[in-house]
Order: sequence, then C-alpha cells, then structure tokens
Amino acid sequence: MNSNNLKKTDVIFGIWPCMEDNKYPILEAVINRNPDDIIKDIINSGLKGRGGAGFPTGLKWKFAASQTESEKYIICNADEGEPGTFKDREILLKVPEKIFAGMAICSHCIKAKKGFVYLRGEYKFMLPQLNKVLESFHESIRKTGYDFEIKILLGSGAYVCGEETSLMESMEGKRGEPRNKPPFPVVEGFNNKPTVINNVETFVNVAMIQKLGVAEFVKLGTDDSRGSKVFSVSGDTPKPGVFELELGMKLSDFVAEYGDGDTKAVQVGGASGFCVPRKRFEDTIIGFEGVPTGGSMMLFNSTRSMYNVLSNYLDFFAEESCGQCTPCRVGCQQLIQGIKAVKKGSKNEDYLDSLLKLTESMKITAKCGLGQSVANSFYSIVTNFKEEMIY
Amino acid sequence: METKINLEIDGINISVEKGTTILEAARRLNIKIPTLCHHPDLCVAGNCRVCVVEQEGARTLQASCATPVSEGMVIFTNTLKVRTARKHIIELLLSEHNSECTKCYKNGNCELQSLAADYKITNDSLIDLVPFKNYTIDNFSPSIIKDDSKCIRCQRCVRTCEQLQSVSALSVAYKGEHMKISTFLEKPMFEVVCTNCGQCVNRCPVGALVERNYIDEVWNAIYDKNKHVVVQTAPAVRIALGEDLGIENGEIVTGKMVAALRKLGFDSVLDTDFTADLTIMEEGTELLTMLKKAIVDKDSSVALPMATSCSPGWIKFIEHQYPQLLPNLSTCKSPQQMFGALAKTYYAEKRNLNPADIISVSIMPCTAKKYEADRPEMRSSGYKDVDYVLTTRELAVMIKQAGLDFKSLPEEKCDSIMGQSTGAAVIFGASGGVMEAALRTAYEIITGKEIPFENLNITPVRGMQGVKEASLKIMDTLPEWNFLEGVTLNTAVAHGLANAKTVMDSVAEGKANYHFIEIMACPDGCLGGGGQPIPTCREIRVKRNEAIYREDAGMALRKSHENPEVIQIYQEFLEKPLGHKSHELLHTKYTDRKSK
Ligand SMILES: Cc1cc2nc3c(=O)[nH]c(=O)nc-3n(C[C@H](O)[C@H](O)[C@H](O)COP(=O)(O)O)c2cc1C
Ligand code: SF4
Ligand code: SF4
Ligand code: SF4
Ligand code: SF4
Ligand code: FES
Repeated sequence: MNSNNLKKTDVIFGIWPCMEDNKYPILEAVINRNPDDIIKDIINSGLKGRGGAGFPTGLKWKFAASQTESEKYIICNADEGEPGTFKDREILLKVPEKIFAGMAICSHCIKAKKGFVYLRGEYKFMLPQLNKVLESFHESIRKTGYDFEIKILLGSGAYVCGEETSLMESMEGKRGEPRNKPPFPVVEGFNNKPTVINNVETFVNVAMIQKLGVAEFVKLGTDDSRGSKVFSVSGDTPKPGVFELELGMKLSDFVAEYGDGDTKAVQVGGASGFCVPRKRFEDTIIGFEGVPTGGSMMLFNSTRSMYNVLSNYLDFFAEESCGQCTPCRVGCQQLIQGIKAVKKGSKNEDYLDSLLKLTESMKITAKCGLGQSVANSFYSIVTNFKEEMIY
Repeated sequence: METKINLEIDGINISVEKGTTILEAARRLNIKIPTLCHHPDLCVAGNCRVCVVEQEGARTLQASCATPVSEGMVIFTNTLKVRTARKHIIELLLSEHNSECTKCYKNGNCELQSLAADYKITNDSLIDLVPFKNYTIDNFSPSIIKDDSKCIRCQRCVRTCEQLQSVSALSVAYKGEHMKISTFLEKPMFEVVCTNCGQCVNRCPVGALVERNYIDEVWNAIYDKNKHVVVQTAPAVRIALGEDLGIENGEIVTGKMVAALRKLGFDSVLDTDFTADLTIMEEGTELLTMLKKAIVDKDSSVALPMATSCSPGWIKFIEHQYPQLLPNLSTCKSPQQMFGALAKTYYAEKRNLNPADIISVSIMPCTAKKYEADRPEMRSSGYKDVDYVLTTRELAVMIKQAGLDFKSLPEEKCDSIMGQSTGAAVIFGASGGVMEAALRTAYEIITGKEIPFENLNITPVRGMQGVKEASLKIMDTLPEWNFLEGVTLNTAVAHGLANAKTVMDSVAEGKANYHFIEIMACPDGCLGGGGQPIPTCREIRVKRNEAIYREDAGMALRKSHENPEVIQIYQEFLEKPLGHKSHELLHTKYTDRKSK
C-alpha cells in the first residue's frame, strides 16, 4: 500500500482563479447562457452537496427554479459546526470569490436576486477580508448589468443552526429550531420563499464545473461520487490539515498517507458520521457509495479509548440538540447515562443492545439530521469496540 | 379550484383536500393516532414525535400531525416499526418525567398518563433521568402552578401564550438536555407579563401547568360551623361543568349545579348573574355619562372608546401592554368582585350576619379571577371581598369527592337575595354577551323602546369570529337623551388577547372610531375560560356557546334592568348607578405595570 493510490487534486483551491483583474469572466459567460442548460450541466456533473447530506445539487436547483414565486433566496451555509471539520474555513480564507461566483450562477439559474452567507460566529475575524472581496464582486457584476446581491450574516454559535431550516429560523430572528419538512426550503425557505441552501464547497464546485466543463469535471471521482473533496484531517496524524482529494478513495489508502502507523479507527464525517475500525479500512470507500463525509476525517490510534470518544460525542449531541423533539433530547441523555451504567456495571452488557434499539428509533423518529445521526457513531463505535464499552 | 389528493392509509383508500395532514386524514377514517404536542387550537409543532407513522418508501417515519398528504402516499399507522418507535418515545418522555401519578393533580386527566396506559408501559428499561435534573416548582402565583418536573416540552403553552394571547410570557429557554419552558429571566410567573388567563393550563397535556386549587380551603370553610359560606357561580360555569361529570358537551346543568352546591354544604347558593346585571347598570350608565360629556359638554378629556373591565386577564394585559389606555377602561369591577363586595355589606346587612363570619366563594370559568380576588384593592367591604375562587374544574372535583351522582340530582333554584338571573347575565359567558346585554339595556334607557332586533338577539356581536364590529343608529330618543338622536354607536367585540391586541393597536394608533369595546381575555370568551373543563377546542366551545344562547332564549327576563333584585338593591342600598355607594363598592382603579 502506498500513498500514490491517493489522488490529490487542486480544483477547489487551485487551477484557475475565477476572478481576473477584479472581473469574473465565468460569470459573464454564464449569465448569457440559458439557466436550464446550466442546471442540466450541474445535474450531469453528478455533483452532490458537500454539507453532509449529499443531496444532488442540480436537482435541488431544478426544484427551486420550477417555483413560480418571484421572490427567491440563495444561502451559502458557512456555519461549519461539525466537530473535526474546518475545511470551509480554509475555502473562505483562500477562495471566497469562487463561493460568490457559485452563488451568482445559482441566482441566474433559479432567478433569485438576493443571497446570504451564513457565517459561523467564530469566523467573525474573516469579515473585513470577505467584505472586501464581496465589494469588488458586487462592483464587477454591476458592470455586467446583472442584479444580484450577497450579504454576509454572522451565525448564532449553535451547531444545530447549521441545519438548513434551523439556520433560516435563526436568520429570521427566531430561536434556531429545525422546522418540519416538508415543506422543503426549495419550496418554503427563508421568509417562506423558495430558497436554495448549499454548502460553501458546493458553490465552489459549481463555479468550477462552469470553468472546467462537465466533461472535465466528471473525470474526477467515481460514478456515485463525482469530483474532488476537501478533507479536514485531524486526530492522531502526523499531517493534520486541509487536503483536497479525489472522491471514492479507499480508506486504507487514506490511512496509509495520513495515519501514524498505529491507526485503530477513523471517524469519517465527524460526530454525526461513522467510526470505521481498522479491519474495515481495506473495504471502505470514502464517498456516497461507501461512507460519506462532509469533510471530517479523524484518526484514532491504539492509545485512544473509544469509550471516551463516544462519550464525548454524546455529550456534544446532548448539549447541541435544540431540545425540541423527544427522541433527540431525551435519547441523547439516555445514551450518556446508559453507557456510563454499563461501564460502571450497574447495567449489564445486554443493556447496550437495548440502547442500540433505542438509537434505531431515534434515527427514524427525530425531527432533523442531528437526532437522526446520533445512531451513526453510537452504532459503529458500540458494535466495533464493544469490549471497550464494557471494561 | 380544489385539488384532491389520493392516498392509502392502512389499506384503505381516501381522497382528501390538499394541505390535509396524515393525522387528519387518518382521523377521517376513524384511525386513532396518538398525539401529544398537537392541539387543534394551535399551529403544528411536530416535536413530541409520538404520532409517527410509516410511509412506504421513506427512510424515516413521518410525524403525521406535521406531514401533509401527497398523491399516492401509502401510510401504515400500526407496524412493528411504528409501535416500537412510539413505545420508545413514550418511555423516553417518562424517563425525563417525575412520574408520580398517584400524587399528581392531573391524575386521571393526563394525556401522558393515558398514553402510558394505552401502551402498557410497565417495564423500567430506561434510566430515570429525574435525579440528574434540577427541576423547580413555581408556586408563587395565586392562579397557576408550574412544575417543570412534569413538563414534556410539547410547547403547547408557549404556542398558546404567543399565538392565542399575544403575551409570550412563556418561551423556550436553553437547548439540548437543558431545554425548558421558562419566563423572562426565569422569574416566577407572578412577576412577569403573565395575565393569569390559564389558557396554557387548559392546553397543557400533563400536570406541568395547573391551577392553584383551593379545594381544601373551601371544604374547611364549609366544615367550620362558625362560618357562613356563600357561593356565587359565573354564567359560563353552568354550561360546561357537566363535561367534567359525565354529561354531554353543550348541556346546561344550572339546576343540578345549584342542587350540588347545596349538597356540598354551602350556606347560601347565589348567582354571579345578579352582579352581571348590576354591571350592565353601572357600566351602561358610565358609558352614557361619557358619551354625554363628549357630545354635549365637548369634553375632549373623555377617553373613548370605553372598554369593558369584567375580564381580569384582560385587565392585567392592558395594565402591562397599554397603560396609556387605562383611562379607557370602565371602572366597574368584574361581576365576581362586585358580588364579593356586596356579600359582605348588603347581603350581611340583610341577613343580619357579621361580615367577619362570612366566607365568600366564587366558582369561575377562570384562573385570572383567583389573582383578581387577591388584588389589594379588592377589599372594599373591609374584608377580602372574595375569599376563595374555584374553577369549574375544582367544583367538579368537589362534587366527585362528595360522592354525588350529579346526573341524578334534581334541578334546584338559587337562593335569594343576590340569586336572580336574567338572559342578559347568562350571555356574559359568551364573547359578545356583555355587549349585547349592555345594548339591550342602554337602548331601552335612551329610547324607552326595546332594541330593534328580532327576539332581542343582537346577532352581529355573536359568534366565534375573533373581532366583531357592529354599529347601531340611535333614533327616537327620549327627551333627556336627545343629544344621542341620530348618533351611530360603533362597537367592537374581541376575544382572546391576540384579537384584543389587534383592536387595541388600532385604538392606540387613533385609527378606531369605536364608542364601546368588549374584550374577553379567553378565546371565545368565558365559555373558553382557563378554568373550564379540559380538553378544549373550537368544536367543544361552539357547543357551549349554543347552550348559552339557548339558556338566554328560554328565560322570562332577558334584560338586566328588569332583574327584580337589581331594582331592589338600587332602592334599598345603592340608590342609583354610579352613586356614592356604587363608587365605594362596585368600582375600582388600575395600575400601570409597564413603567414599573
Ligand atoms: C445538525 C446539522 C448541522 C449541519 N451543519 C451544517 C454546516 O455547518 N454546514 C453545512 O453546509 N451543512 C450543514 N448541515 C447540512 C444542511 O442542513 C444542509 O443539508 C446543507 O447545507 C445543504 O447543502 P449541500 O446540499 O450543499 O450539502 C447540517 C445539518 C445538520 C442536521
Ligand atoms: S433532532 Fe435534535 S436538533 Fe433536531 S429538531 Fe430534534 S431535538 Fe432539535
Ligand atoms: S403529569 Fe400525568 S403522567 Fe405525570 S405524574 Fe401527573 S398524571 Fe402522572
Ligand atoms: S396564564 Fe395566559 S398569559 Fe399567563 S402564561 Fe399562561 S397563557 Fe400566558
Ligand atoms: S408546561 Fe405543559 S404545555 Fe408547556 S411545554 Fe410543558 S407539558 Fe407542554
Ligand atoms: S403530535 Fe405529532 S409530533 Fe407531537
């Protein structure tokens, strides 16, 4: 196994800049194209959302475009709250103009005049720089006569506000609680108007699909996972940081490159993702056909207690749940107390099975992705590291 | 154009209007899906998740209360997956809940308890989380007790207070495991903008929000040989009490209620209807005096429109929200407090009783009246005018405790004096009732003729519409009232504080041209009061409303000024409306609670 199997790419951060001499040539090209053709491009590119859920971006836009309301919005989700994820931060710092370009392309496709970047509160320090880039972006599109404006808003600091409908509630000045779906944001989003919300990286990909062309883009990745992906690598690794890799890689190749030689597990996709144990590295594909990730790759070596890892995740969820729905609010507390009781011996190991059943119910009854995904890490850690849970 | 959606629920095809939820569609098929956070009066929350159902092809279960039907949907409401999930959810709720049913005020009328019973939650598989919590009880309010250890966080109270009442005294605080229902700065409900209306109590599915009950205090007073215990019952009680005692919604139980009160041992069973009629005399005169000042004397300081003051929840609302409009409030006390003040003066005199020995109890559809009775200014008799206020629900409890078979009780009549009723007083229990009663009397005072509506039924002010407006042109006045000749009297009626807000905003902005406004704090008026039997919903309240107008229509006397006891009290005691004694006993003043 050698690291040559990993294909490092440079689509997001490198290749062409999309701004030249304070101008956005791709935008000018795009604006003159038929929106339906661009949406077709995005569909054909196979691009799936980079925020975690992996919804096909082109389809989302198509739904939004088909709404007859005249007022529509675009939101760039830059709330980046998933533990172990810091790739949007890098994108925002390095190539903000590509994000804005992607949003403008979307605005042309769905006919929206207003866009927002919902920026994680901790990224406040970026505001001056981002606003500067935004100003020249506005100037340059104004010259083309195109009507689109972006505003940057600071997030409230809660993880759940990264969930799209909760984010919109928070934008409307309400408590950040996820809404019932349907209606989906493409039908009733911000201010109850059709809204496309995408992750930072998703918008950059859109810009690059326009720049590279669909044919070039689809050369990257696999059938189910097109393109490259920006990964946040952390944990027990000699090379922590942000890296852009082609999707569809084998986890074993990844570990060969980033592991410290003693990797016993990789948490793919952050706290809401899956924990893959060493014995599964070889047959685990990182991508939508295997284990998907919003970008977080956290490596654990044999010195780590997986009980502690799980316990930290559960504390995080119990704290960060908005608390409105029963399975998530109470379920998380039960899981915390449950694994403690098993560890202490006040409940026997069969109790873990009861808890696993409980997480199955949480997965199918929780109101939003937060509560639904607690089962992922719980199941994968408890079943793969059962002895660590008990002794 | 109405679009129909076809779907299948548990193998049965059904076609419903677009926008219908799965829950509603299932109910039409008589399939019962359990709910907790859902309430027919409120917007959808979808947070308890107990109503989940399985949809063919969907990855997750769907909350049926929050999910609209879609074409070709195939729904199963009772699969293994659904049952397991629901059971988990009930178990989770119970694990966070101080489940001490046998010591709980809501024992026997609790939605969580009955769900647990239906699903036979007998195993103790989950860990009891209550010891890890720092639950508190807020029992400072004279009206409402809030016990967080019983709260299932369904947010019905929050939605009630915000949407129906525009008060927002309760809101969601903190997140995750710490999430709770809280007041501003977590102060006691007593110290915030809460109006004590009890609408949240009516909709809380469990024992987290309940009325402060005075059942034992009242029993003790009854058992005390040295006390003369008088009881008054509000008009809205008799059309709802039956619901808590196995009688069908919409049946009037006036006579049985009187019999029951007597059997409970009250020394004198009287009627708030009497002071409702008295209110009309006082308030009607007050309005006419104001109109005269405004029209004849051109006195610009007269605060018009005049607003009714018989709903103490509304009083607290205006004291907090529109203190600048307090001069627009009628100075009349609520009928309850008029009654209390007279019970320990007029009644005591007539019956030769020492007022110190009288305990005055009132049975109200209302929790705000508990607070009202405690207001420091409500002691014009020299004593606490009303000692204990019980809700309709508490009276039902006493009747059950006494072992009375309510259904088989004979119909009896109230004692006299202060026990006479009229149709005008009866309709105080419905939204628009005070307005109608006032118009019946005022029109006759001004013109000497009956108000020109068929059978005295002033239908424009009746019904469940949130804000009702009616105008009445005054013609053929008696000589002393000729300044009103040709004047069009504009009135508005609002019920539920959200609707009150709409009306008062327009008054505050100077946009309204009303002369007289009736406001009731509770949705649909006192018949939907915070102390009425639980559950409540529009359907139930419509039946109560019909009962009230049926009762009015069936009465021999239908106008307040024809109440013989009212005529008598003016002759013997009060002299005239707005007279010296009236001022002392029947009128009050208000407090600006915003600036404080
Ligand atoms: C609890 C929770 C937190 C989330 N946080 C983020 C986030 O920080 N950034 C993000 O892009 N998506 C986040 N999402 C996903 C969004 O709801 C949404 O799916 C995404 O923004 C859509 O963009 P995409 O299609 O481009 O991935 C979160 C979802 C959940 C359930
Ligand atoms: S799943 Fe958790 S975060 Fe999502 S709505 Fe329910 S309680 Fe809130
Ligand atoms: S609120 Fe209901 S379930 Fe809870 S203790 Fe009271 S009766 Fe029992
Ligand atoms: S009593 Fe009325 S005002 Fe007070 S919290 Fe309940 S609903 Fe709100
Ligand atoms: S107090 Fe009652 S109504 Fe309010 S959230 Fe708790 S259980 Fe629901
Ligand atoms: S009743 Fe549907 S989620 Fe509560």
